[in-house]
Amino acid sequence: MKALCFNGKNDVRIERVPDPSILNPHDAIIKVTSTAICGSDLHIYNGFIPTVEPGDILGHEFMGEVVEVGSEVKKLQKGDRVVVPFTIACGQCFFCQKDLWSLCDNTNPNAKMAEALYGFTPSGLFGYSHMLGGYAGGQAEYARVPFADVGPIKIPDGLSDEKVLFLTDIFPTGYQAAEQCNIQPGDVIAVWGCGPVGQFAIKSAYMLGASRVIAIDHIPERLRMAQEKANAEILDYSKTDVGVALKDMTGGRGPDACIDAVGLEAHGISPDALYDKAMQVARLGTDRPHALRQAIMTCRKGGTVSIPGVYAGLLDKMPFGAAHAKSLTFKMGQTHVHRYLKPLLDRVEKGEIDPSYIISHRMKLDDAPQGYKIFKEKEEACTKVVMTP
Amino acid sequence: MSDTSATLTRSHGDGVLNPRARKVNVGERERMASLLLGGALTIYSLFRRTPGSLPLLGVGAGLIYRATTGHCSVYNALNINTDDHKGVQHGVFVERAVTVNKSPEELYAYWRNFENLPRFTEHLDSVTVLDGNRSHWVAKAPAGMHVEWDAEIINEKPNELIAWRSLEDADIRNAGSVHFAAAPGGRGTEVRIVMQYGAPAGPIGIALAKIFGEEPSQQIADDLLRFKRLMETGEIPTTKGQPRGLKGAAK
Repeated sequence: MKALCFNGKNDVRIERVPDPSILNPHDAIIKVTSTAICGSDLHIYNGFIPTVEPGDILGHEFMGEVVEVGSEVKKLQKGDRVVVPFTIACGQCFFCQKDLWSLCDNTNPNAKMAEALYGFTPSGLFGYSHMLGGYAGGQAEYARVPFADVGPIKIPDGLSDEKVLFLTDIFPTGYQAAEQCNIQPGDVIAVWGCGPVGQFAIKSAYMLGASRVIAIDHIPERLRMAQEKANAEILDYSKTDVGVALKDMTGGRGPDACIDAVGLEAHGISPDALYDKAMQVARLGTDRPHALRQAIMTCRKGGTVSIPGVYAGLLDKMPFGAAHAKSLTFKMGQTHVHRYLKPLLDRVEKGEIDPSYIISHRMKLDDAPQGYKIFKEKEEACTKVVMTP
Repeated sequence: MSDTSATLTRSHGDGVLNPRARKVNVGERERMASLLLGGALTIYSLFRRTPGSLPLLGVGAGLIYRATTGHCSVYNALNINTDDHKGVQHGVFVERAVTVNKSPEELYAYWRNFENLPRFTEHLDSVTVLDGNRSHWVAKAPAGMHVEWDAEIINEKPNELIAWRSLEDADIRNAGSVHFAAAPGGRGTEVRIVMQYGAPAGPIGIALAKIFGEEPSQQIADDLLRFKRLMETGEIPTTKGQPRGLKGAAK
């Protein structure tokens, strides 16, 4: 089959590789019908995710048709159309049973690599480093899906791939980010980053009762999308002092909750952002937490900082004194996708949201290397690339 | 470890066998040699009285400390102990625990049939139960060889513990016990395993010591994690055999 393989920093290629096969009794093989490039794939592309190796098949946002099932698979059959969560969960361990699917104890075969860095291992992920499982990803013609009765959700006929594909990651991720804010009537939510996760966080914050959402970015078309499609008030940090503006816009209180939908490669133009960039280039720090710092500093007293953005290693110069002095609550982590599949599919079916509005580019899997390049450079107003094999 | 007089100590430092943090890990003869050399270096550097000889003074003082206390922090860091007369007995001692989301009854029943052990242990090829208490074990050795021994159960309490040891004529003496205790708040069962491998005897024993000695603690931890996964999910998650790109395949 054809698959997108990591070859090195800024170097991904379509290669011919063997087809995947059933390796364990709860596996299924999916013929991929749609797959997307995630913002977090760019962290790999840019060389910031440790233990990604040349030859690894990337991609964790994918859906398709079941073509083969293992001997112990009971709920799926050949021909079923499914969306696959990017987190792999067993459904049996303490964490799965506590609805904390991305913390599954049992799905990372390379648990000791993650334990060395994090103390304990989270769940395995598709196409996202050996430390997090080393599973081949879904930017390919076929993919092997472990614990096929636990993760994949069947999609009713009549719903197009584009409407449901983002249930795999970014829609639940944005939704969880908003849910973590424990939104109360009257709450104002600030969202850093108007990429796809930020867009869905804005939409979800309104769904969950926010009175106002303020979106922060510097890319004009992304701010415009947040304003026009998701009804956000917008701040361009390259033109505005975000701290001052947020205070003004909230009558001096500050946002009730702040969502960092940026993660470890924040851009920013302030001195601390330039310092982070220097640290990262010199390999003295792994992550650039500029957006997170600003979220902590601007959040109102007693507020919540919700962090869907990915952080991987060590953060420098965190204003922990501010977080402590203001009694902030922090909520973060990989998304417990399994928790949200059914309720969010229901919202799509009812027409409450059509997530396909964020797609800017459609292409063939063969053109994936070009897709990575334009998504990274934000060329051609790129917000989301969807590919079909 | 090529020096067979060196004693491997517990690699997990939880100190049941030797609770002293600053343990004696340098043998008597080495301590005497350290004292002589350290003394000579100290005297030499004090007589020279040049800045360049200052490091020698430091080394000399370090050797004297090592000689008088019997503790060497370099040995400590490398997990070497040449003090083979006291403290720790020869061999490997490992204790590890894991929590499994199943009842003690289920886990005990699975483990009590030793023929199940090779399903989740890396180094065992097979275990054959001979009768109620005795079993025959076959383990992997380097270069495709095998090592075999008979073992007997020496203690068991249903749903709580099983303890076994190799019979007298085993190439590598070993003993183990596994303990099952209900975890608090319905969190399943805490499974604790204690393993001991005796001093190697003969060339096969030395080869085996290498296998068991490389990272015995990590190996037992890996085996326990596989046990947990097999018990909770019915399989051991893997990626072995999945496709990858040419650049990875060529590696």
